[in-house]
Amino acid sequence: MKRWINKTPSKTLAFVLGVIPFILVMALYQWGSDARKAENSNDKLLPSVGQFYSAIDRLAFTPSKRTGEYIFWKDTVSSLKRLLMGVACAAAIALVLGLITGAIPLMAANLSPIITTLSLIPPMAVLPLLFIVFGLGELSKVMLIIVGITPFLIRDLYQKTKEIPQEQLVKAQTLGANSVQLINRVLLPQILPRLLDALRLSLGTAWLFLIAAEAIAATEGLGYRIFLVRRYLSMDIILPYVMWITFLAFLLDWLLVHASKKAFPWYHSAK
Amino acid sequence: MTKQNNAQPANKTDESAQTQIEFNHVAKSYGENLVLDNINCEVKRGEFITMVGTSGCGKSTFLNMLLGTVAHSKGDILLEGKPIVAEPSPDRGIVFQKYSVFPHLSVRENVAISKEFEASPVLGRLFGERRKQALTETDEWLEAVGLLAAKDKYPHELSGGMQQRLAIAQALIKHPKVLLLDEPFGALDPGIRKDMHKLVLELWKKYQLTIFMVTHDLNEGFYLGTRLWVFDKTRHDPHAPHRYGSTITFDLPIGKTDEASFVKIEKSLESNRLSA
Repeated sequence: MKRWINKTPSKTLAFVLGVIPFILVMALYQWGSDARKAENSNDKLLPSVGQFYSAIDRLAFTPSKRTGEYIFWKDTVSSLKRLLMGVACAAAIALVLGLITGAIPLMAANLSPIITTLSLIPPMAVLPLLFIVFGLGELSKVMLIIVGITPFLIRDLYQKTKEIPQEQLVKAQTLGANSVQLINRVLLPQILPRLLDALRLSLGTAWLFLIAAEAIAATEGLGYRIFLVRRYLSMDIILPYVMWITFLAFLLDWLLVHASKKAFPWYHSAK
Repeated sequence: MTKQNNAQPANKTDESAQTQIEFNHVAKSYGENLVLDNINCEVKRGEFITMVGTSGCGKSTFLNMLLGTVAHSKGDILLEGKPIVAEPSPDRGIVFQKYSVFPHLSVRENVAISKEFEASPVLGRLFGERRKQALTETDEWLEAVGLLAAKDKYPHELSGGMQQRLAIAQALIKHPKVLLLDEPFGALDPGIRKDMHKLVLELWKKYQLTIFMVTHDLNEGFYLGTRLWVFDKTRHDPHAPHRYGSTITFDLPIGKTDEASFVKIEKSLESNRLSA
């Protein structure tokens, strides 16, 4: 008999094995929900599937009685806007700083200590500061995401720039490149796919800061809604929202992978 | 104690046979660690020098000093009478064993990039008609190294030998005064290596290049160039192995190579390997 470490599942078996935990979780939930409902038909903690449907229908497909808006979609749009703006700004800052510190030792000596210091500040600790400086509007939420993920991105891109083989830099110099050309033509194009990799890793953190900011000060947004309806123990809204956020996170990750494969085929086939 | 001066070709009347590169009492040390010591040599235009030696003998350090990535500690290195610039520049072309080509550029773009560096000082990038022209100009060089058929491929689609051909084409388009090869065929299969030897000899003759090549394969070193250098220590202190640096211990014009010297050099490399 083969050792366990040498047994590999077929495609079908791998799929079945992968699906089992999902089915178990759903069955466990159904069982729990049924049991609680049997005891108290008004139980709010584990709503039935039907209650989920009606909650989703109420928020996503029926205009709000008060404003005439579709709350679910409005929350989604405003959360995604904040998230994408924060991530895009962080990516732009990190790309510039990561590249120049990675490429130019003098800039690294100049900027690395302060970047390292700033990256040690827990972003949530400066949230009040952001609210004071940038107000309670959109800007402070976007800023929290930027403050939260930029240091990691800069340090990652600095490292990735350093990892580009020295041979290529020497070669470019023997081909007549100056420092700016070298950054533009050799380093930047090779760092871009690595930036997308780093963004994938930082998206989870970005969501964390987005929801934290929305929980504290917002009037709409996915995180805001969850923390709002928590007061009424509305598990029928909270759980679908959590699943929706999970799906959005998955979708963004998928988009990043596929954009990267499309734009940088040389990067993916060389690995 | 060096022998290289005995071995130089006698004809000094030829215009092209002027001294192109000169090392005068060059030494390199890293702190206490003396790697190279007392390097004295003259190289004429059009010579093809192969360098062998055990690992750690300083042959790569020698090449890197010539390239400009390593600064020498003592003495003078002159290229056409002037001290060499201590950073890589277009007058010295290089082909490394690996990572010499840009993975994000196609074969043509890899060769055209030096034209773009020349014409566009900030972006290093040409557009439209000028870009097209730069790309077309590369064809001559791709043809010379036998890569014309693969001109639109990316490096990861090329075999190791083809990648090295590309690296050579990149270097040649700049018409360097010297071409430096750092174990360029070390990672290739024997059959492909033979093809590459043929190519390098062909290009060397066609473009009258001055070539320095580091190799760990004595056979390659013996039969490829016009001059073979062996790097080794002439003195050894077992209690302070770093006290004495290597120097050029053999300097053989290839015409004079014979079985006896081959065996002699091989023995000296062998004994070093055992004592190391």
